[in-house]
Order: sequence, then structure tokens, then C-alpha cells
Amino acid sequence: MNSPVGVISPGRQGILRRLADTLWRRPRLLLLLMLALPVSWLGVIYLGSLVALLVQSFFSIDEFSGLINYEFTLKTYRELLIPANLDIIVRTVSMAAVVTLAAVVVAFPIAYYAARYARGKWKAAFYIGVMLPLWSSYLVKIYAWKLVLAREGILNWLFDKLHLTWLLDAYLSLPLIGGNSLSVSYTGTFLVFLYVWLPFMILPLQASLERVPASLLEASADLGASAPQTFRHVVLPLSLPGVIAGSIFTFSLTLGDYIIPQIIGSSRLFIGQAVYTHQGTAGNIPLAAAFAVVPIVIMGVYLWMAKRAGAFDAL
Amino acid sequence: MLTNKIIVAAIAACFALNTAQVLAADMLTKLGKGEGQVDIVAWPGYIERGETDPSFDWVTKFENSTGCKVNVKTANTSDEMVALMNEGGFDLVTASGDASLRLVAGKRVQPVNVNLVPSWNTVDKRLQNAPWHTVDGVHYGVPYMWGPNVLMYDTRAFKKAPESWSVVFEETMLDDGKSSMGRVQAYDGPIHVADAANYLMYHRKDLGIKNPYELNEDQYKVALDLLRQQRKLVSRYWHDAFIQMDDFKNEGVVASGSWPFQVNLLQADKHPVASTIPQEGATGWADTTMLHADASHPNCAYLWMEHTLSSNLQSDLSVWFGANPSVPAACTDGRGMQNAAGCSANGLDDFEKIRFWTTPVSKCKTQVSCVPYYRWVSDYIGVIGGR
Repeated sequence: MNSPVGVISPGRQGILRRLADTLWRRPRLLLLLMLALPVSWLGVIYLGSLVALLVQSFFSIDEFSGLINYEFTLKTYRELLIPANLDIIVRTVSMAAVVTLAAVVVAFPIAYYAARYARGKWKAAFYIGVMLPLWSSYLVKIYAWKLVLAREGILNWLFDKLHLTWLLDAYLSLPLIGGNSLSVSYTGTFLVFLYVWLPFMILPLQASLERVPASLLEASADLGASAPQTFRHVVLPLSLPGVIAGSIFTFSLTLGDYIIPQIIGSSRLFIGQAVYTHQGTAGNIPLAAAFAVVPIVIMGVYLWMAKRAGAFDAL
Repeated sequence: MLTNKIIVAAIAACFALNTAQVLAADMLTKLGKGEGQVDIVAWPGYIERGETDPSFDWVTKFENSTGCKVNVKTANTSDEMVALMNEGGFDLVTASGDASLRLVAGKRVQPVNVNLVPSWNTVDKRLQNAPWHTVDGVHYGVPYMWGPNVLMYDTRAFKKAPESWSVVFEETMLDDGKSSMGRVQAYDGPIHVADAANYLMYHRKDLGIKNPYELNEDQYKVALDLLRQQRKLVSRYWHDAFIQMDDFKNEGVVASGSWPFQVNLLQADKHPVASTIPQEGATGWADTTMLHADASHPNCAYLWMEHTLSSNLQSDLSVWFGANPSVPAACTDGRGMQNAAGCSANGLDDFEKIRFWTTPVSKCKTQVSCVPYYRWVSDYIGVIGGR
């Protein structure tokens, strides 16, 4: 028991002890073992299934029997580019862009107020107000909106009481954004998208606005900048990472959603619905996979442009 | 010499045995013992075991008498059914005419030996050899239920039943003094092209449409133009029966092609609607119980097919779903809750006016060549998208 203690102790006996020694001496091995499971989850299950889906887009479908033909072909991509499908893509991307812009405009004042002025219980009220819609079921909210926007719905009733039905009718008679009632128009789809995704814009924006030091705003004012100038040259550039983060959420969520346009809107398909129809019901997995590639490509381009615009420099 | 003969005989016997096995694999010739379960793909509400409403049960008795447990997977559209059958793992499917031929062409279903279904003779003669399940004289299933796609209308907007489908295709001044613009609906499925063709068949005799599911390029183009015109009238297409009912209640929709199912539910809810089959006739669906090519429980499947025809199923399902039995006797012989008046209300007497859903194929009977179904799918998406 009185063995001399050296600088490097000799290895101990027993499997567990040896194992412990080995891991202690080789931290990289320990790291590898600990990360193996989560990384393989990300690699195999998360990315692997995505790759499996994308590979499908290079197969084609036998048009009559609906069986998939497992041979490499670009036929499915040609099919993706027919005018009716391009319409779907353009429609979805425009909707996502408009929803994102509107979300920035609506969210900015709210987030600014919460970051700069709200204190104590008002701050708590702000968080609850923003988060509350996220706690209730997504479907319940959409069906509620269907009733709000319906021809016999609450909004119509309100306009009627205010004797403003002519205003609503004039708006609905506009081409493209109008329709027979709000619930079957693009405006309705837009409003519901905006409502459902707004928290995803407010929260990152608020976080980034809180990091803008008050001293910079004072300095700007001391140097004679007007409020709009301060906003343009100080607040906006510094909060841009928050805007970009929020817009990634609202943009990609709108690109992929298939429930809102199915319940509220004019039955014109969005990308998510096209994926759902082709994969879930028509069994045309190749075309559905090709449609699923579209948002990935669009988001890739979007992130690349955001990076070029310097959105990530402040991260 | 003798040995040679024996060898030849043995080889011949082997061949004979082989052929017999091939035939057996092709089609069951004798029923064996039940395998303990049967897996069925069905429309929602088609196979009830008294869980939704205790008085509608046509499964429990079957399970008790045969020992075959019934497992049901519901599917909402024909395309979904085809997809599920392509995946495999099921014995039976209640396929509509727009799915059945696709299943046969994809070799997903096998011929059915009707001699093993004793009640086959009670099936409506007009359905026994129906083209949506009989190919070259071979039966690929047993008729299940059928029903019309009726014209549902709001009785406040129509003083009397509309005589023509024109209300959903052309802008009309309705009895309440307002235009039909934005107040009609149409089915959100490519098979709706056939409704347009059916309308043209009556009003545009010059096009020479013989069958709304067999259209040549010219006829197809006119049908699509009619649907584009309809797009201007329709604010939202219907896909889900319950959303359609909500649209009739809250969205001011007053006329649409629909199923007796929605009409019955809305009437039960005291909403002022009624239904009719206009002068042009209507499209309809006729479903067939089909047997999967690789069914792992064929005996139970055959027992179920017999059960669908002989038990209270035909009669009670007819009440439950607002459909018509394939066994006409089920309307009158008191095996279930249905009676003659109920069957008439579901459209039993309109059989001749109904053109049943069939999958459009390129090689068609009435023309040299026809526009196939996949074109209907992509073009109808385009029409709804405003193209």
C-alpha cells in the first residue's frame, strides 16, 4: 500500500478504473463519445431523412397507376416548372414577403416600446400578451379567424353597425386582394398569417433592441440628429440582426404552411398545400419532394443575400 | 419405354400442379379458416362498430361469428386510398370508381372469385359487371355502396328546386334578387371536370360527348373553359364536408354540388337547404370492396365481402351515410333500419341519371384517344389558380 507516488501514476487495476483513466487522459475521445449520440441524431435522423426526401425528387411517377419509377430523371423538375406550378411558387413567395414586411412594420413599435419603456408589470404584461396566442391551439385560432372574417362574421357585422359596409365592399371589389368576402380573399389569408406569425417577429426584435445602448441614442441626439435620422442611422442598423432573425421565422413559416390557406382563402394552392396534395393524397412523392426543394432554395438565396447585406456582421 | 412414360407423366403432373398453384395464387378457389383479422382501408363513416352511435354497428356481429378482428384505416380521398394500397399492408379497400381502375392497372388488387361470395346474386344486376371493377370479364371486387353527387341549394335563394346545373356554371339572378356571383361552390378535386363535361353533354350536343369521363382534346378544352368561367363565380372550392357546411351557414353559399351526407346533416341542423338531381343528370360514386394483391388475410377478407352483402350493413350504412345499397333488397326486407322511402330520398330511383366516377384513361371506348387523369389533376390545379 505504500507504493511511491510518481509524476505519472501507473495504471490502476479493474476495467472501469482503466476506462476512467483512459478517458481522463484522452479528452478528445471523451468528447467524441459524448457527442456521438446527439450528432448522429442530427446527421442520420434529421439531415438523413431530409436527404432521403430530396433524392425522391429525382424519381418520377407512373401517371396512371401512381407507382413510383425508381430511376434517375429530371422529369419531375420539368413538371415543377409548368405555369400552374410556377404560379403556386410565385404566389407563396409573394405572400411570404408581404407577410414578413408587414410583420416588421407592426412588430417594430411594439418591440421598441417593450425594450425601451415597459418596466415591471408592464413588461410582464407584454410578454404574456405576445406569448398568449402561442399557447392556444393553432387550429382553434384559424377557425376563430374564419368566423371573424366570414360574410356573416363579426367584422362584417361591425362594419354594418358603423354604416361602413360600402367601404368594405369597395375594398373587396379590388382585383387580386379582394373577393367575395374577407375569408375567401388573399387579404384574409394575409391577415391570419400576420396574426399567427407576429410573435416570432416581435421576440427577436425586442431582444436585439434591448442590446442597443441608450447612450448611443443620446449621443446621436446631442450631435443634432432628428428622431427619424437617429432611427435610420442608429437604431435600425443595430437592430438589423433581430429583423433578419424574425424575418427568417415569418418568411419560412409562411412558405411552408398549408393549413391557413386551405381554410382561409380562395382555394388557390400554396407550396405547402401542393406538397400535401401531391404527397399525402395523390401519392406523387417525387413532385412533392421537388416542391419541398423550392423553400430550401429560396431560404438559401435569402440567407445569402442577408449575409451580403451585412446582416450577420453584428452577430 | 415404361420408365420414359412415367417420367413424362411425372413432368406433366408437375406442370399441372404448377399451373394449379399459379391459379390458386391468382384467385382463391376454396375458403379456408379465418386468419383472425382483416385490415381495411375505408372512407370515414363507412365501417362503424357502434362507437360513434351505438345503433350503427355492422362489425361486432361479424367479429363474433367469424373470429376475424376488423381493423380500419380511414382515407379522405381516392388518391389517398391508392397511395395507402401502394404502400401495402392492407387486405381490403372501399375504392371509388376513380381509384379502382388505377388499382387494377397498378396490380395492387387481385381478381375476386365471386363463387366464394354466396350473396353475389343479390347484388343489383346493373352493378355486377360495372366497368369500374370488371376488366375483361374478370371481377376485381364486390360492390359496396353508391350515391349521387346532388345539387344542394339554399331554399331561401331558390323558391323551387333548380332545374339545371347552370346555377353553378353560369352567373344567374337568384330568387332573392341577388346574383349568384361568389355564392356557389364546386368540388376541389380533378374529377369535377366530369361534372362540367356532363353539363356540356346535355347543352352542347355538337361536341359529341358520349361519356363525361372520356373526353378528346377539343371536348376537354371546352370543359376547362367552362370551369374557368365557374372559377369567377366560386369564392372557395370545397374539399372537407364540414367546411362546406360551415360555408353554407356563414359564408352565404347558396348552391353547390354536394353529397346527401351534408344535406342530411344541415337539414338536421335546421338550416334551410334541400337537394335535387337536375335535368342534366349527375355524377356519382359507386364504391367497390377490393382485395389487395398481397393480402395476408384472404379468408377473413372473403368472409367480410360476404358480410357486406348479406348482413344489416347495406341497410344501416345506407341510413348512416345517405347512400344506396348495392343489394336493392336491403331497402325493403327489413334487415336493417332502411326502408323504401329512405332509399328513394338517397336517390335509388335515379340510378339511370347517374354517371359514376371512373378514372379517365387515354385508351377509351367511345373515342380514338382521351385525355388521361394526370392531365385532369394538373389542369384543374391550374384552373383553380386562375389559369
